[in-house]
Amino acid sequence: MHDHDHDDHHHDNHFSPMEARVRALETILTEKGLIDPKAIDVIVETYETKIGPRNGARVVAKAWAEPDFAAWLKRDATAAIASLGYTGRQGEHMRAVFNDGETHNLVVCTLCSCYPWSVLGLPPVWYKAPAYRARAVMDPRGVLEEFGVTLPEDRKVRVWDSTAELRYLVVPARPAGSEGLDQEALADLVTRDAMIGTGLALSPEGRT
Amino acid sequence: MNGPHDLGGLHGFGPVAPEVNEPYFHAEWEKRALGVTLSCGAFGAWTIDESRHARENIPPATYLAASYYEIWIRALETLLQRHGFVSGAELAQGRMLEKGTPPKRVLTAEMVPAVLARGGPCDRPLDTAPRFAAGAHVRTRNFNPATHTRLPRYARGKIGVVETVQGAFVFPDDSAHGKGENPQWIYPVVFDGEGAAPGLTVSIDAWESYLEPV
Repeated sequence: MHDHDHDDHHHDNHFSPMEARVRALETILTEKGLIDPKAIDVIVETYETKIGPRNGARVVAKAWAEPDFAAWLKRDATAAIASLGYTGRQGEHMRAVFNDGETHNLVVCTLCSCYPWSVLGLPPVWYKAPAYRARAVMDPRGVLEEFGVTLPEDRKVRVWDSTAELRYLVVPARPAGSEGLDQEALADLVTRDAMIGTGLALSPEGRT
Repeated sequence: MNGPHDLGGLHGFGPVAPEVNEPYFHAEWEKRALGVTLSCGAFGAWTIDESRHARENIPPATYLAASYYEIWIRALETLLQRHGFVSGAELAQGRMLEKGTPPKRVLTAEMVPAVLARGGPCDRPLDTAPRFAAGAHVRTRNFNPATHTRLPRYARGKIGVVETVQGAFVFPDDSAHGKGENPQWIYPVVFDGEGAAPGLTVSIDAWESYLEPV
């Protein structure tokens, strides 16, 4: 039978409600000359290919390799990170917090989704979702277990709730066995989660 | 406001669900949502604080069921209507019906790298001396403003220790409502963890007016 309503073939029917909603909004704004769709393409390309956790990994690797840089990062993270070219949106004001044998640091934004875009790129869904935002300040060890991280019993946990325009970068402890690696190889050990505090740096032998 | 966004310390959301090798976007519309939100922010018509407050004002049941990009789009529609750029009729019909307010600036593709690299610093010079020094014991205010605030409920009425003076930032509680920047000193304030959690400390970044000396 081919006598059904032709409307069934309209591709609009395949749009999810949110896709239709965003398309409508973009259409209106473009018709009004309020947005440049090509600007949106450049924004997306920037965060898909240029600004991501590799930036932060290079900051951490440099701090591991160069004590002077680590001291600068501790004293003035905004300037130290800017010296590597990582600046701008959602990284205007930076602070680096260092894990050591005594303290593990964990970063959250309980009120929204504040995240250091300049060094980590766009946040993962879980970081913005209620479960993490609700429990990180109350049960950080339980949250860490869900990431497969079990800390020693006597390790202190410090949770940083990003309530102001200060963005936090966790500098994980340098893993054993990483002596002699150059900074690019060290950066390979630094995961996004390690820089949020929901992970640890990879060990050189465990890295795939 | 005590809205659905103020999630610290709530139960019932289940375990955190990290996704292995998570993509930056889970649908094409999320890419456009990011770009449209940033492009409209570039108008210069509202502050980041006003945009956060628009997100907080999404009805709780809707907020908690929405993905973050959906939260962004719902709030953006509110802001665009509030500032006269788009009408409700236009959103309903999905097309332009009238010109609307001209923005101060339209973000073009050529401008994007410089705009993203500059960001929106919110530190401001402040002539007054900080009221608190590192090590000071303070109590956070216990209030329930219906307006925007960055003092979470779980951290109200609590005694903590000022860790350092972090600088002077625009005051979001005013900035969100068009009352000016009115910068204040901010301080990381450290609290002992909730209940029976030895070895746990939590800090917030608190504006000076959130704090009273103890």
